Amino acid sequence: MTTHDITITINGEAITATVPARRNLVDFIRQEAGLTGSHVGCEHGVCGACTVEVNGTPVRGCLMLAVQADGAHVTTVEGLADTGRGHRLRAAFQTHNALQCGFCTPGMLASALEYVEGGGTADRTAIREHISGNYCRCTGYQAIVDAIVEVIETGEGA
Amino acid sequence: MSVAKPLPHDAARLHVTGAARYVDDIPLPANTLHLAFGLSQIAAGTVTALDLNAVRRAPGVQGVWTAADLPSDCDCSPSAHDEPLLAGDTILYLGQPLFLVAATCHLAARHAAARALVTYEETDAILTIDDALAAESRFEDGPVVWSRGDAEAAIADAPHRVNGVIEMGGQEHFYLEGQTAAALPQEGGDMLVHASTQHPTEIQHKVADALGLPMHAVRVETRRMGGGFGGKESQGNALAIACAVVAQATGRPAKMRYDRDDDFLITGKRHDFRIAYRAGFDDAGRVLGVDIVQMARCGWAQDLSLPVCDRAMLHADNAYHLPAVRLESHRLRTNTQSATAFRGFGGPQGMLGIERVMDHIAHSLGRDPLEVRRANYYAAARVERVEGGISTKKKQLTPYGMEVSDFILHEMTEALADRCDYAARRARVAEWNAAHPVLKRGIALTPVKFGISFTLTHLNQAGALVHVYQDGSIAMNHGGTEMGQGLFQKVAQVAAASFGVEIGVVKITATDTAKVPNTSATAASSGSDLNGMAVKAACDTIRARMAAHLAAERQADPGAVQFEDGRVVIGSDVLSFAEAAQACYQGRVSLSATGFYKTPKLSWDRKRGAGRPFLYFAYGAACSEVVLDTLTGENRILATHILHDCGRSLNPALDMGQIEGGFVQGAGWLTTEELVWDARGRLRTHAPSTYKIPACSDRPQVFDVMLWDAENREETIYRSKAVGEPPFMLGMSVFHALSDAVAACGPGYPALDAPATPERLLAAVRRVRG
Repeated sequence: MTTHDITITINGEAITATVPARRNLVDFIRQEAGLTGSHVGCEHGVCGACTVEVNGTPVRGCLMLAVQADGAHVTTVEGLADTGRGHRLRAAFQTHNALQCGFCTPGMLASALEYVEGGGTADRTAIREHISGNYCRCTGYQAIVDAIVEVIETGEGA
Repeated sequence: MSVAKPLPHDAARLHVTGAARYVDDIPLPANTLHLAFGLSQIAAGTVTALDLNAVRRAPGVQGVWTAADLPSDCDCSPSAHDEPLLAGDTILYLGQPLFLVAATCHLAARHAAARALVTYEETDAILTIDDALAAESRFEDGPVVWSRGDAEAAIADAPHRVNGVIEMGGQEHFYLEGQTAAALPQEGGDMLVHASTQHPTEIQHKVADALGLPMHAVRVETRRMGGGFGGKESQGNALAIACAVVAQATGRPAKMRYDRDDDFLITGKRHDFRIAYRAGFDDAGRVLGVDIVQMARCGWAQDLSLPVCDRAMLHADNAYHLPAVRLESHRLRTNTQSATAFRGFGGPQGMLGIERVMDHIAHSLGRDPLEVRRANYYAAARVERVEGGISTKKKQLTPYGMEVSDFILHEMTEALADRCDYAARRARVAEWNAAHPVLKRGIALTPVKFGISFTLTHLNQAGALVHVYQDGSIAMNHGGTEMGQGLFQKVAQVAAASFGVEIGVVKITATDTAKVPNTSATAASSGSDLNGMAVKAACDTIRARMAAHLAAERQADPGAVQFEDGRVVIGSDVLSFAEAAQACYQGRVSLSATGFYKTPKLSWDRKRGAGRPFLYFAYGAACSEVVLDTLTGENRILATHILHDCGRSLNPALDMGQIEGGFVQGAGWLTTEELVWDARGRLRTHAPSTYKIPACSDRPQVFDVMLWDAENREETIYRSKAVGEPPFMLGMSVFHALSDAVAACGPGYPALDAPATPERLLAAVRRVRG
């Protein structure tokens, strides 16, 4: 099994490890960094539960190899919580019950954050399209869209 | 009071920060083994050679088990002891676990499992309903038949008749968190199991059985699941047993998580059904007699198929009074995954059958289907007629002889039809369809009446354990499990209300078989009903002890002690709840109690199909409008309006979440979620790339959900009603709206099958055009 020595900066902390070439980024985050907020759902890029930010862009953690992220800066849901970024979205997700089992929530927040920080409008159709790459099996999505709309309509930033 | 407040989910803050732990997130010792199954590649036959040498030599492998290496048959079945953990020589479905690999990491175990060299002798598999009928391949001896009145004569004598068949597919649960379990060996041979399960007691029972231990030697803990939907009622048994076997054999912790494709291939799904019907009716569309034959594909093992098929029969009436009815149910054994519990538990299939009958009757008479549905509704609740000073109740009975005494769908339908402007919109849909040759619209308003209680009467019990600590903080435990539905918060609200404290005073703790024993699965929508009552009973016990002590100290009446707003008021004395707890501790008062509840009034004879299987019914109605592209079959839900009955809601915010999510999941079942097995029995739709659950862009553009505000007539916890399953069946409105859109294409009846994929819709369009 081919291995590589790589360094990935996760939530500001550089983590160096020797990893098999085929290890996914999300497995690296969960196993090497011990950050379990990024969830493994379908493991082939459809459900979106493992979505994390790599160099500022949302990425499927199961479709990117850890070696591809060598030298990159990764932000996970824990990193967002630590820095306060996205705090309005987190608050809105709680008050609107935009989660039930919570398994999709970290990935859903990453996609919602990209939309809001990218200047997305409160247009519900546009929001629905934007988060269509993140499955939620519990809520029926209504509350998730409500939460994002409220964040956009009631103030600045995410 | 905390009850009835729209409080957020108890773990919402943990979820949005990534701090909520699922089983796969629990830190385990570094020497933990990771497990994977090797799966059968044929649907039926025998294994003639199983060469696992390459598996054993694969990197990281620490052990391999076949059926012969297990300490017992390690049965995984919740019912009939017919599910050995590993197949021996006989293969019963494609995807059946053949051997078990333990390795140093998850991927190593999976890669190793793929190296097996298996030689099979394949036999003809029984895959379809027709195969099973032809081979008389069944569970139970023959079909189950229940009847009331003479359906045959009523159909023959009726002015009009329809008959037909509807096929409805199964459904993959697609809980976002796949099946996961972990086992940690303890001193003296005991075993601690963490499982993503709706039924910790069953895991405890099955693990103890497999290892040859008494139940007290196995402790199962479940803090939360990442979705369950019925898929974690029995389907988690195999993983927990596998982990426990390896942990016992090696002395090392073991963890197992199914890869998503394996999860699809191994675990059971919703039963697919074929329902054949013959109905006789009058000029108004009122059913005079109906004969319904339900054929369910149950898969390789009995699992929960008998109660699922019973519940399908119990919902063959949905909201309609059927004066003469004959129900016949075939429980068919096939070489496919063992169909299992899924939200609604057979109810949705049973209901879809009678909804098809209503739709077909309306089409044959040229009437509005809603008019026909209403004409067939059960009589309104408690219609009383006073004749000559004697009050007589007008009784209407279900096909199984239970009186429907709480029927509120007349008022609910009226209110929903007004709110969504049904009549005017139906007229506008007709105008639109007259003007548009390619895009066709359809609208349908369908009701739901769902029976609440486990049909296996002894399961309707629950236990709880409540502690009040000397600082006034409260810890609460019960047998219910949290899968996202908000049960823990609802029950915590009950506890907080009992002691008159803020919700934050109550600590919610993980479901734990060492704290509350002999619990039922969190299923049948019963979680809040059962566990809320059990927790209330425990709280009432402690409160009564506290009141007695505090009152005695002050020569006051214990009955007059008030617990409210975080205080305890005893006459003119006012203590904080913490001071009261401290005083009771000092006074040597026990501040810990168990609580127990069993659902009253139930009496059910499942063999005869007679009695009262349910404490009450939960009701709902939905109106959906769709647009269909008749050239491609592509379609959209334009608007959905829902009115749903949760009794006096314990938490309106959480209940709304169940309704919205249940509806979308139900609509998914009937539209995009298609399971396809090939001719050799391989499930071809074994991942979300080929199996389509609703995405955010699939939900209705207009989505209006209201709670029907009326208390439960039965004495449930704060007069609330169960809400887990009933809203699922609101998705039927989408299916019938699509049927309505197809019906606009020509004179024929659409006879749409489910799921209504674009292919099926196009076929139906061709059918109605003749």
